[in-house]
Amino acid sequence: MRPLTQLRSRTAVLPYENIDTDRIIPARFLTTTEREGLGRHCFTDWRYLADGSENPAFELNRPAAKGCGILVAGRNFGCGSSREHAPWALLDYGIRAVLSNEIADIFRSNALKNGLLAIVVSDAEHRWLLEHPGSELVIDVAGGFIELPDGGRFGFELDAFARHCLLQGVDQLGYLLQQEEAIRAHEQRHEAAA
Amino acid sequence: MSGPRTLFDKLWDSHQVVPETAEAPAVLYIDLHLVHEVTSPQAFAELGARGLKLRRPDRTLATLDHSTPTLPASGDGRRPYATPEAEAQVARLQANCRQFGVELHDWDSDARGIVHVIGPELGATQPGMTIVCGDSHTSTHGAFGALAFGIGTTEVGHVMATQCLLQRKPKSFAIHVDGELPAGVGAKDLVLHIIATIGVGGGTGHVLEFRGPAIEKLSMEARMTVCNMAIEAGARAGLIAPDQTTFDWLEGRPRAPQGAAWARAVSAWKSLRSDEGARYDREVRIDASKVRPTVTYGTHPGMAAAIDAPVPAATNAQEKRALDYMHLKAGQTMAGQPVDVVFIGSCTNSRLPDLRAAAAVLRGRRVADGVRMLVVPGSESVRRAAEAEGLHEVFTAAGAEWRVPGCSMCIAMNGDLAQPGQLVVSTSNRNFEGRQGKGARTVLASPETAAASAVAGRVSDAASLAAEEQAA
Repeated sequence: MRPLTQLRSRTAVLPYENIDTDRIIPARFLTTTEREGLGRHCFTDWRYLADGSENPAFELNRPAAKGCGILVAGRNFGCGSSREHAPWALLDYGIRAVLSNEIADIFRSNALKNGLLAIVVSDAEHRWLLEHPGSELVIDVAGGFIELPDGGRFGFELDAFARHCLLQGVDQLGYLLQQEEAIRAHEQRHEAAA
Repeated sequence: MSGPRTLFDKLWDSHQVVPETAEAPAVLYIDLHLVHEVTSPQAFAELGARGLKLRRPDRTLATLDHSTPTLPASGDGRRPYATPEAEAQVARLQANCRQFGVELHDWDSDARGIVHVIGPELGATQPGMTIVCGDSHTSTHGAFGALAFGIGTTEVGHVMATQCLLQRKPKSFAIHVDGELPAGVGAKDLVLHIIATIGVGGGTGHVLEFRGPAIEKLSMEARMTVCNMAIEAGARAGLIAPDQTTFDWLEGRPRAPQGAAWARAVSAWKSLRSDEGARYDREVRIDASKVRPTVTYGTHPGMAAAIDAPVPAATNAQEKRALDYMHLKAGQTMAGQPVDVVFIGSCTNSRLPDLRAAAAVLRGRRVADGVRMLVVPGSESVRRAAEAEGLHEVFTAAGAEWRVPGCSMCIAMNGDLAQPGQLVVSTSNRNFEGRQGKGARTVLASPETAAASAVAGRVSDAASLAAEEQAA
């Protein structure tokens, strides 16, 4: 994972609540054994018409949404399945951050482990973001704030460890492997008792 | 550590390898890692790329379920995979399990089946454990008083390499279920009612503990149905304290402790309940006696109501979108909606009592003309037991298809799916748009309601079907 200190991009808005991971990447694309190349299937059933052409009514297909790296979504984004294919697909599609007033637990955990910023904002901030698609934002991971086009800022919460990993590009497996001694001690304690 | 603790606190405390701090999450030990073909290949590849071994093959158990066909192999032994990619994915798991020394319940295993059905059947799932799988319905195993939750593929790799996960402790949420479920109302109706009550995101950030007299009365299979759907309220996990019902169900299963070890285990498991006076972050009370046969009407499991209740008016754009997708109008009832497909199966409702309940409705009746019905047992063991009782004959005599175990139409990635616009009454767990096939409209229901709907050709509960037949 590459270090991520700051992200500057415009927002695209998908105002719907409860956008589930089946919507982000339907199960029929999960027979892959790779992580790469899922962007072409991202939001596929919304994105394409029956004849395979782009659905002009889908928010992310509108010209203004092209190239936007920040997705503002309705409440409870990423609910449903634990498939990590969802953040893989979003990243491959070009989304670098998802902002909502509620993000499902497993999706959020998966996203942050892949360098996709999944950030929960307050209801008031969320409302503003929903109403202002195309806003250019700066998401400052180190400072823990989002800067609006007018220079106004609001802070966001991010677990200290997740922030550290994003900033340093640290991979969490490396951290876990360093805990070997404690893990072995735990096993000895518990397996002897069994 | 002092003071009364919840069941969840006890499970968390006993698995902390390194406690959490402001700077870092806890290192949590995982007792059992369940693996299937869809969410594991990238994790095995990561291990291989880093030259790591799988740390505890003895705590890892694999099966084939998601991408697998549910039609039998042909005479030459070839299985009718939906795509070459699906077949390659299964072959990859077979190769990975050989390479890393993992026990795999392959096609030739008499215990193969849906991962959340076989873990308990084998007695691998036990009270007091931490259990994870790259599958959100891992919450199922919480029915045994285990802390069980779904993880992503990166975390699958973490557990393979270290048998641990980095986790922040979720909050606790008690769901007290008082009273008694009415006759003809079961665990599926109850859990749909609970999700409708607390909301599809109502459990986010929390571990649910289902408790109270109505929960204690449930069979293990019914408890699994309830915990299975904890994730459908967004919860990290669902839990039920183990009791005599749990111990009786587990005793003698292949991986359960045997002999003196069994007695010691049961004695330890008896302490796995929330202490008197333990505090939860949230609590809600549900009156079981008010629950009726319940089905979904929208496009997430929180959009559920009693089968004969009017569909509520949409209060926002997404609810309107959901009703449009479902071809429904506010004020209609789900009862009476024409049905195209009925699916009985999935990690929610594919166990022997589920199949018995469906067969009881179908016995001596026929699936309505024009309705396609699939019955997919959760495991080879369920299939054998059902066939020993002749349930398969009840299903096929009624006009239903009796299939080979797997996830099948719940996730619809193996070729078992509905066509655009078709209405599916399904005993599975998710009614998301397109979940059972692009454009397919899913109505979640209990096995009894699904079977009655197949016979009526319209959404119907079993009691209404019987009453209508009597009136006719």
